[in-house]
Amino acid sequence: MPGLGTTLGRGGATTAPQDLLRADCILIQGSSMAEAHPVAFRWVVAAKERGATVIHVDPRFSRTSALADLWIPLRAGTDIVLLGGLIRHVLEHELYFREYVLAFTNASVLVGEHFRDTEDLAGLFSGYDPEQGAYDGASWRFAGDDPARPERDETLTDPRCVLQLLRRHFQRYTPELVRDVCGVPPELFAQLARALTDASGPDKTAALCYAVGWTQHSKGVQIIRAGAILQLLLGNVGRPGGGILALRGHASIQGSTDIPTLYDLLPGYLPMPKAGVHTSLDQYLGAVRSRGGGWHDADGYVVSLLKAYYGGRARADNDWGFDFLPRITRDHSHFGYFMEMMDGKVEGLFVMGQNPAVGGQHARFERTALSRLKWLVVRDLVEVETASFWYDSPEVRRGELHTTEIGTEVFLMPAAGHAEKAGTFTNTQRLLQFRDKAVEPPGDAKSELWFVHQLARRLKEMADVSARSEDEPLRALDWWYPENEHGEPEVHAVLAEINGYHTEPDDGAHHGPQVAGFADLRADGSTACGCWIYSGVLGPDGVNRARQRAPEGAYFHGWGYAWPADRRILYNRASARPDGAPWSEAKKLVWWDHERRRWTGLDVPDFVADKAPDYRPPPGAVGLAALRGDAPFVMQADGLSQLFVAKGLADGPLPSHYEAIESPVDNSVYEQQKNPVARLHVRPDNPLAEPGDPRFPIVLTTYRLTEHHTAGGMSRFLTHLAELMPELFVELSPELATSLGIEHGGVATVVTPRGAVQARALVTARMRPLFVAGRWVHQVAMPFHWGGRGHVTGDVTNDLIPLLGEPNVGIHEAKALCCALFPGPRPPDASIPRYLAAMAVRPTPERV
Amino acid sequence: MAGFRGLPLFAQIFGRKDGTGTEAMSPRTRQLSARTTGSQTTRSVCPYCAVGCGQLVHHRDGELVAIEGDPESPINQGTLCPKGAASLELLTHPARLTQVLYRAPHTRAWEVVSTSWAMDRIAQLVWESRARTFVKEVAGERVGHSSAVAHLGGATLDDEENYLLKKLFTAGLGLVSVSNQARI
Repeated sequence: MPGLGTTLGRGGATTAPQDLLRADCILIQGSSMAEAHPVAFRWVVAAKERGATVIHVDPRFSRTSALADLWIPLRAGTDIVLLGGLIRHVLEHELYFREYVLAFTNASVLVGEHFRDTEDLAGLFSGYDPEQGAYDGASWRFAGDDPARPERDETLTDPRCVLQLLRRHFQRYTPELVRDVCGVPPELFAQLARALTDASGPDKTAALCYAVGWTQHSKGVQIIRAGAILQLLLGNVGRPGGGILALRGHASIQGSTDIPTLYDLLPGYLPMPKAGVHTSLDQYLGAVRSRGGGWHDADGYVVSLLKAYYGGRARADNDWGFDFLPRITRDHSHFGYFMEMMDGKVEGLFVMGQNPAVGGQHARFERTALSRLKWLVVRDLVEVETASFWYDSPEVRRGELHTTEIGTEVFLMPAAGHAEKAGTFTNTQRLLQFRDKAVEPPGDAKSELWFVHQLARRLKEMADVSARSEDEPLRALDWWYPENEHGEPEVHAVLAEINGYHTEPDDGAHHGPQVAGFADLRADGSTACGCWIYSGVLGPDGVNRARQRAPEGAYFHGWGYAWPADRRILYNRASARPDGAPWSEAKKLVWWDHERRRWTGLDVPDFVADKAPDYRPPPGAVGLAALRGDAPFVMQADGLSQLFVAKGLADGPLPSHYEAIESPVDNSVYEQQKNPVARLHVRPDNPLAEPGDPRFPIVLTTYRLTEHHTAGGMSRFLTHLAELMPELFVELSPELATSLGIEHGGVATVVTPRGAVQARALVTARMRPLFVAGRWVHQVAMPFHWGGRGHVTGDVTNDLIPLLGEPNVGIHEAKALCCALFPGPRPPDASIPRYLAAMAVRPTPERV
Repeated sequence: MAGFRGLPLFAQIFGRKDGTGTEAMSPRTRQLSARTTGSQTTRSVCPYCAVGCGQLVHHRDGELVAIEGDPESPINQGTLCPKGAASLELLTHPARLTQVLYRAPHTRAWEVVSTSWAMDRIAQLVWESRARTFVKEVAGERVGHSSAVAHLGGATLDDEENYLLKKLFTAGLGLVSVSNQARI
């Protein structure tokens, strides 16, 4: 989550759904919260009953809009223009929370003189290399040599200070531009701006909720950045009823980012070492460590992780086993390796609780790629489409693939469900909640814990008798976990390793007592820790804090365990004035107790507990000691939130609007049409529509329903859920339906360059044409839960989506693309390739 | 005649009651109780979205009986959405897999295999694919990886499972093509 990570310091929601109850205004944008997170939405409804204003910005009027005070339809993919308009409004009318902004953000910091803005370079920032399609961000750095003590202009008037750069950058994001690009009329924009600014200040707070409606864009990270900048200017981060709530979509999606099954991260947001870049541990640590702030202690986190991985084989004389770790060389993400799979370069694939045959982008491409594997292991509760692709995929039905020609060896293994195993989920508010096991899984079903452990045992045995040097990391791997009677590793032993322990063993034990928290971690081999940000969850007292169920106080401490260190609201030092007193009685959260000389309050302070508000670091101070007593963003080198991000983003230090890769219109904000560093993956089997392509004039966006779950493996096989939402549909406006001759309840076909999908037409005023740049733009919306199996089946919406990647995280663009719409059913399976060819689809020529 | 006297109509007419109490119940109704009566209860968390609603899982003799919202959870206060409310069926419906299925290359049908055979075979395939595709260095730079054995999934799994997967796959085997649903 680099949008929040680079701006605020950590890649997680700053707040929790329950805290929305304290908000005076809630802006939901990029999320249909009532639909996708219905139980979290209860708190929005409760806040509304207490007088909060609820605003929903979304192309589609949904269950969320129905309960909002204000619904603002906008053209999909134009969020940065609307947010930029709000930022401009706040700056131009001096509505920002000056004291907060001055003290807690980098508004006053001076940027180096080589920086050039999009205003100067027709929509590009300085440092763009058109050959590489990449930025060199060297010119984005702050002035001065010491990131912990940047040069500042407290008057906020220097033209090189961040606030003035922001002002200039967003100058063109006027209400008229918002009207022309987003299709939002100025009156509606003014209402939105008023609601937000009226609800922000010392005694009020506004909260922001988003989900994949913001992330699944070719500039998703910068949309989140724009939301964060707005919240910081309004002084809403780190305060009760404020903050940014990232609503995440799977039970432990936060956990699988914190402890990543991702290619570019190690646990606790440490980067994976890159070939040719991180050639030694020293070099790696130099890149990860910062002089000021929480990352100063990265040495301890990294060495402790290596000790957790390699145990006694991680020693001072081998750089703690740093060279046992593989290096990444390119984009090894989902899309990256699926393209390599299509090209025959991937031999084997494990799929665990995911269903790319339905949920993958350009799913037709992904299903075909599966047929090029030598072997495939699918672990799930049911036979999902990914497991059955070799005999019942649309490609087999269409005659593009033939079962007997598919050489893939396929294993389909029954997985244990959530009540059939013990373990921890980390939810959307960074809360770790441990589940006890209720019953045994049925038949041969096993947990993933069992599977990976049994696989590890077999592979380690093979490595033990191998003489090959590349098997050394496997031999070194410390796989010490005691087994239960089923051959499953003890889950508490794994959680203890995640928490971290002292390596000096107690008598006869594998290790010594667990550490109490990440402050105990050392870089001298005396501690091991599998994920430093989770440290404290299972401390030396042996109490599993993720299993606690005794909530106390306003923030329910004692129910589960929030990372880091059980802090429920991140950056909560910002809930007090620079001098340590609460901004107001109504919005007090954490404050400085002068008598006891400690921070105290309703939450665990996200700050050094006894660092006085007037603390000023002595020369030469490092780490948290290098941060002032009024610098709440403790993971940043200067303790400040970053309105301007000097380092860490691939596509610029400030958010700028670019059109979606597939867009019906030209970019009217800049000459630059699209995100210049988006990963386009141009190849004949992944065709894209050019901007303004007359064959695909309609904007398509996708969404989730309450009654189904993602790719359907957990919902289409259930009778009640299947009955509640039996069929794929496409929502379109009455105006569009009339012009195309499509009837409500009839059948329509949605076509993009990649596929044709049949759906029931749902003609509704919930979709509205928008007047954009002198013309009407139509939008249609589709859920994406159907596939070929289960009680209810249907075409795969994701067949329509292109394979392309946002430049920072590689996420695809499913929330804004272009399509054509026709009345009637799609052609029979066998004729679809010819049908698409007849649409004269060709790969996009490169275009600025 | 005792049975006759127990019938609701008789009890209401001759029982000198107003017909709104237990006298209106049939003997069978009186014997009914909540399906969770006598069951054990285990605390759990909903497996669908990331809100993390608390669940009470009721079970008896190793069989699931009911799953309901945990009223003490500050997250959901006993409520569940339609998916969470259906999670008993998620675990008990007839399409649940209970055996390992195997499809040999170029064949037309699944066959049932034993778990241990499948585990041995999978370990062998991983071992061979990794050995065939392992890259020690590129242009003189240390790489030490295989990108040809890939993994997908994790957002529906437990933290402990993700931890061991990353540890074995990346730190042990040098696999880098590791990915899950999280891309934000």
